[in-house]
Amino acid sequence: MSETDNLPSGRSRIHSLEMRGITKRFPGVLASDHVNFDVKAGEVHALLGENGAGKSTLMKILYGLYHPDEGEILINGKPVRISSPTDSINLGIGMIHQHFMLVPTLTVAENVALGLPSSRGLLTDLDVVSKRIVDLADIYGLRLDPSAYVWQLSVGQQQRIEIIKALYRGAALLILDEPTAVLTPQEVDELFVIMRQMTKDGHGLVFISHKLHEVVEICNRVSVLRDGKMIGTRPTSETTKQDLANWMVGREVGFAPDRGNVQRGEIRLKLEDVKCGSDRGTPGLRGVSLDIHAGEILGIAGVSGNGQRELAEAVTGLRKVISGKVTLEGGEITNLQPAEITERLLSYIPEERMKDGMIKDFTVAENLILREHHKPPYSNYGFLNLKNISANADMLIKKFRVKTPSQETMAKNLSGGNIQKIVLAREISRTPRVIIAAQPTRGLDIGATEYVREQLLEQRKLGTAIILISEDLDEIFALSDRIAVLYEGSVMDIVPRASATPQKLGMLMAGVHPENA
Amino acid sequence: MTKIFQSEWMSHLVDALLPVFATLAALIIGAIMLLVLGVNPIDAYAALWDGAFGSSNAFAETLVKATPLLLVALGICISFRGDVINIGGEGQMIIGAILATWVGLNFTDLPGWLVITIAMLAGFFGGAVWGGIPGFLKAYFNVNEILSTVMMNAIAVQLMNFLLRGPMIDPAQAEAASQIPQTARLLDAFRLARLMPPTRLHFGAVIAVVLAGLVYILLWRTTLGYRIRAVGQNPHASRYAGIQVSRYMVLALLLSGAFAGLAGAVQVYGVNYRMITDGSASGFTGSAGFNGIVAALFGGLHPIWSIPASILFGALLVGANKMQRIVQVPSALIIALNGLVVVFVVSSEILRKQRQRKRLAVAKRDDELPPSGDKQIQQAEAGS
Repeated sequence: MSETDNLPSGRSRIHSLEMRGITKRFPGVLASDHVNFDVKAGEVHALLGENGAGKSTLMKILYGLYHPDEGEILINGKPVRISSPTDSINLGIGMIHQHFMLVPTLTVAENVALGLPSSRGLLTDLDVVSKRIVDLADIYGLRLDPSAYVWQLSVGQQQRIEIIKALYRGAALLILDEPTAVLTPQEVDELFVIMRQMTKDGHGLVFISHKLHEVVEICNRVSVLRDGKMIGTRPTSETTKQDLANWMVGREVGFAPDRGNVQRGEIRLKLEDVKCGSDRGTPGLRGVSLDIHAGEILGIAGVSGNGQRELAEAVTGLRKVISGKVTLEGGEITNLQPAEITERLLSYIPEERMKDGMIKDFTVAENLILREHHKPPYSNYGFLNLKNISANADMLIKKFRVKTPSQETMAKNLSGGNIQKIVLAREISRTPRVIIAAQPTRGLDIGATEYVREQLLEQRKLGTAIILISEDLDEIFALSDRIAVLYEGSVMDIVPRASATPQKLGMLMAGVHPENA
Repeated sequence: MTKIFQSEWMSHLVDALLPVFATLAALIIGAIMLLVLGVNPIDAYAALWDGAFGSSNAFAETLVKATPLLLVALGICISFRGDVINIGGEGQMIIGAILATWVGLNFTDLPGWLVITIAMLAGFFGGAVWGGIPGFLKAYFNVNEILSTVMMNAIAVQLMNFLLRGPMIDPAQAEAASQIPQTARLLDAFRLARLMPPTRLHFGAVIAVVLAGLVYILLWRTTLGYRIRAVGQNPHASRYAGIQVSRYMVLALLLSGAFAGLAGAVQVYGVNYRMITDGSASGFTGSAGFNGIVAALFGGLHPIWSIPASILFGALLVGANKMQRIVQVPSALIIALNGLVVVFVVSSEILRKQRQRKRLAVAKRDDELPPSGDKQIQQAEAGS
């Protein structure tokens, strides 16, 4: 037995896997347009693309969940037919899903054995399974106790179970669907060690991710998909993050968007010693004072849970202010009804857009008038004016480039980026005086993120006062004029962007004044 | 593409027919039960069909039964769309009927059309109050509306029994000391017009159908309907958008009750011409307050589809009576048969939702973009 032909797990290698001319049509859309893709033993091949570019479609075809309309798949040069996940597992293809498929109340060994025939017929063979898990874990350097219950394990450890499961079933080639999305930075490092060990041992890996720095760090080659078409494949060593981003989006992407020079105007929103509670019953804000000027973006930085949500809710009237005063353009709005505050042209882009920003079972057109549905031109004498509602939807869909089959489509059928565009369109189109944007780009892909940021900067240019709450320091730096750091419900400091450094903000976010340190 | 459209179309057709299949499946199981009882199911179902649709009189009776079902169902469409569960149709019908009857017995000097109009409005108002109270309790004190509406039913029944045995009892009954709990008869002039004499089909059916159209307009063409649906679908987002969520919860339940109250008034003015009971709620309502919920669900909580759904249930009720007389089966079997239909239809609704989800999953491909049919958008995207 030559070493080149077998993997440490005993399974024979997949020297090469090739997908040729894969085409998949869905009603009204070409999800995969004559795509060629290949993976070799011993490499990590990144598959990049924005949401909707066709990454998942391609991988689902490889895993037997979808059937291509055209094209063929070759393993070691021989055409194969994959019509179900069982076929693909038998061929040695494994998939690590983004969301784990584990039973929390069972042990690691039980989860691995789940769905497999026992070597003892009707009796379980968990001891045999456990032994094999220990063997595999040794070979690949995955630390894992087969008798541990899944609910006791961290996310990173659960991911290792998924990897073991695939290896146990004889995977020679593994598809990792956004494996780092749920991991902490330390866990990502550990995963990369495991991935390197696997490629060294002759496995082929497909790595799907949005995160460009990870792709550059771990992958040998990278392929970029856009609108269902394969844009190209290159060795990672010959690309940069900027190249990849431009490739993915199909145009020049500004990591640091042009902020322009905007004269800051009068104070639009003023918070004076505002105190409020939190959902946990602890103080949410412990006396916050802020001024936000026209034509200014005030960034609110901080580790999540330090009062950001409470700040947004206190201003928008969704949370009771215990003491202190909130004024909008000179008029007090402390503890007014959300409806009354809305009337004064305060717009809010909520953090949880699916829960708070959108009605999933309403159409796009209906969602676009959520704020203004009771006013002309959308409503006269209590009756909705469908013509105007529809015209408004057409206009906003076009202007904000919302990708939707029609304005009658239910919002729940759109991607996260398009849903955020609808929220943005609705909140911005009413020409607000103040915008509160909470985590406006969380979970969005590069194109949508860039778009949202451009829109906020555009609003700033128009003289709107904007509070930007974000946990993404890059975003805070890219957009803000001044940065306020929240720590345990208090403002640690407000620093102009020019004099702010990540180090300084980091200390403030940890509750330390740099001067005192 | 045509093939795709065809299969899509087929898939939707199957969805639309699912309740029909479900009803058939329930009838097949009913047939097995009939066989076990030693009854020829074909005879039995022939009797059922004959009872419901066999003659113009039979069909008229079906429509008479369907009328209160539809009115209650319209209210249910409103409240369930607002995510408020109204189980209080029985009580709301009773209160509506009491007020309407009181109007008819006390304004005997006024012209018929005026009294009928006032009485219908009184029924509407009575039901609204009876539905509004649990709505208020839910919105401002977080009292579960399922419990409170059921409790309001019990209160309404006792109120009805007290009034019909006491203050509102037919003077003739009081004199004869037979004490049947019923009110005096309304004046002939106060009766809702009959549409096809000699059948009992009355003008109430027309009112119900017209209102079905109005409820459709209310839900999808007015600000109020928009808000009720918004609050029902996502109270958080509604609150963020500045809608006063609790107010629209109260309104949804109030309107729901109003339609049930109207159903009660229509029963009095169109069918019995007096209010009469056997001491139980169903003695007056014929359980329309509950069956209307089923009819509304059967109609997909859509006011227009609730029309055929109510007719179907009216037919089952009328036909089952005839079946019971002709083939001599125990009445428990009739109740079981109705129950079977309900269970199957509700299950088919769940199945329909699953199929819908599946179709969506295919169309949406998880995190991928939805099928974009709009050329302009695609071009705009491509051009950017």
